[in-house]
Amino acid sequence: MIDRLTLLQKIGVYFATFVFLLFILMPFIEMIRVSLRPMSHLMTADFTWWSEDFSLQAYRDMWVTVPLLGRYIFNSIFIAASVTLVTMIVVIPAAYAYARLEFPFKALSLGGFLAVNMFTGAVLLIPLYRVLRTLGMLNTYWAMIIPGVAFLIPTGIWLLRSYLEKIPKELEEAAYVDGASRLYTLRRVVIPLAIPGLIVVGTAVFIGAYAQQFLFAITFNNVREIQPLPAGLFEFVGYQDTTWNELMAAALTGVLPVMLVFLFLQKYLVAGLTAGAVKE
Amino acid sequence: MTLAIDTAAPDRMQRRGLSDRAFAWALIAPALAFILVIVVWPLIETIRLSFTDATLGGENFVGLANYAALFADPKFWQTVGRTFYWMVLAVSLKLIVGLIGASLLNAAIPGKALFRVLVMPPWVIPVAIGVIGWKWMYNGYFGLISGLLQEFGLVQDRVALLATKTSAFYSAIVTDVWVGTPMVTLFFLAAMQGVSKDLYEAAWVDGASRWYRFRRITIPQIMPVIVSMALLSAIWTFNSFEIIWILTEGGPRGATTTLIIDTYKVAISSQRFGEGAARAVVIVVLLATFSLFYLWFLNRVNRHYGAK
Repeated sequence: MIDRLTLLQKIGVYFATFVFLLFILMPFIEMIRVSLRPMSHLMTADFTWWSEDFSLQAYRDMWVTVPLLGRYIFNSIFIAASVTLVTMIVVIPAAYAYARLEFPFKALSLGGFLAVNMFTGAVLLIPLYRVLRTLGMLNTYWAMIIPGVAFLIPTGIWLLRSYLEKIPKELEEAAYVDGASRLYTLRRVVIPLAIPGLIVVGTAVFIGAYAQQFLFAITFNNVREIQPLPAGLFEFVGYQDTTWNELMAAALTGVLPVMLVFLFLQKYLVAGLTAGAVKE
Repeated sequence: MTLAIDTAAPDRMQRRGLSDRAFAWALIAPALAFILVIVVWPLIETIRLSFTDATLGGENFVGLANYAALFADPKFWQTVGRTFYWMVLAVSLKLIVGLIGASLLNAAIPGKALFRVLVMPPWVIPVAIGVIGWKWMYNGYFGLISGLLQEFGLVQDRVALLATKTSAFYSAIVTDVWVGTPMVTLFFLAAMQGVSKDLYEAAWVDGASRWYRFRRITIPQIMPVIVSMALLSAIWTFNSFEIIWILTEGGPRGATTTLIIDTYKVAISSQRFGEGAARAVVIVVLLATFSLFYLWFLNRVNRHYGAK
């Protein structure tokens, strides 16, 4: 067995890990602290770590200050879920083609897909705005779903391809010899076998779609009812005063459902992402 | 049995139904259509618009006038310089912090499973929400950072970190590193776990120290992941919009205006589409050049190591 850490080294590792995690979690700790304090005390008193006035009032008031908050939370999840669904429908066949088939311009077209990673929506906003207007999608959910899908397709293909490559070819060939069509083989043999990989890639796509809604929402949509959470939260920011405690409470409440689901999925995600992305 | 299928099947697969070529393109077609409509066509349009003076009112062809005006503006070159500085500094920090974080999370200590989960929140939540948290912490009156600095006696008065040019820029860097670090950490951690234990044991038997093993085994083994994360991270950081927009909108007095912020302000905020498009084209050209150079450099490094 390889050398173990000495007690002193262990203490060092714990201390360094603590500092590292403090950097990562500090904004959350601070958001929780702010959400628990009354607005009047937040703005008048100097900075203090602990105070006697902690209350959950902001978690009640936020629904009154921004009546559509519930909608925003739902919209965020709905948009990210729709992006994930459409992306997966498009990515599965493409990833399969790159994993299994030989065809002209294979490497070149895959490189082309990956080059899309170089662009973000921000560079292409003006014509994208016109395209979405032509398609009649401005100020609808589609305006926030369709661009999201396009920018997640390349990563989806890349991640899923390396999964599909690991599925033994023999199974497909056996199905094929038994007279199954290619599409049938894809649907009934490959996809069921790839489910763990599909969950991982789907989760990664969902995270991407959930994290990056702000830009498309503020640019392509001005209907309040369908705004996602990151854009909707700015209703707490007034011209005169921002109700910071309610803003923080709403932000934390809004991400809670996704955090909980993610907590459940994280074991698969980390193991899977890495298996898919880290290739020798 | 397996052998028989191995030799017979490829033959048959080619004989029935669509050819490989047609089937492959049919499978790719939906993905391709998305990219063509949402990325390629807008890109072509952006290039065309960059030769016009398009606004909401209408557009006229103006040739290279937008580019000429842009390149003659010293402020634009400052922005280019600032963007590269922003990218290099933020990406280096993400890689370094990510490498340290991954090494810590990879250490065999009780509680590591929990620590790995605790790294993820900034990656999982919407970027905008994390940035709102940081914006609060940076404020001068009741923000955490100003408060801590005062408590430790590092500053006399309250400091509004986003109000002065230098501190705003570095504050934005810290937030950007915070947003990007979890993903880098997790990918490095995964790569580290993929390194064969035998290598470490063999080195250990030979008396190699922990630090030596890290330098001579861990780093070279995870190098492919480091270089690909570096490129991806560089592209994302270069294009990073939400972080700066929410923290400072490019201010104070332009101190945090990167190319993407400048482009957004010109094209969307002031609706000067033609001038905005010229800026967008410059971004694409710079990023493409950077990526190609990086890949070329990588290729050379690989060949160098392969030949050794």
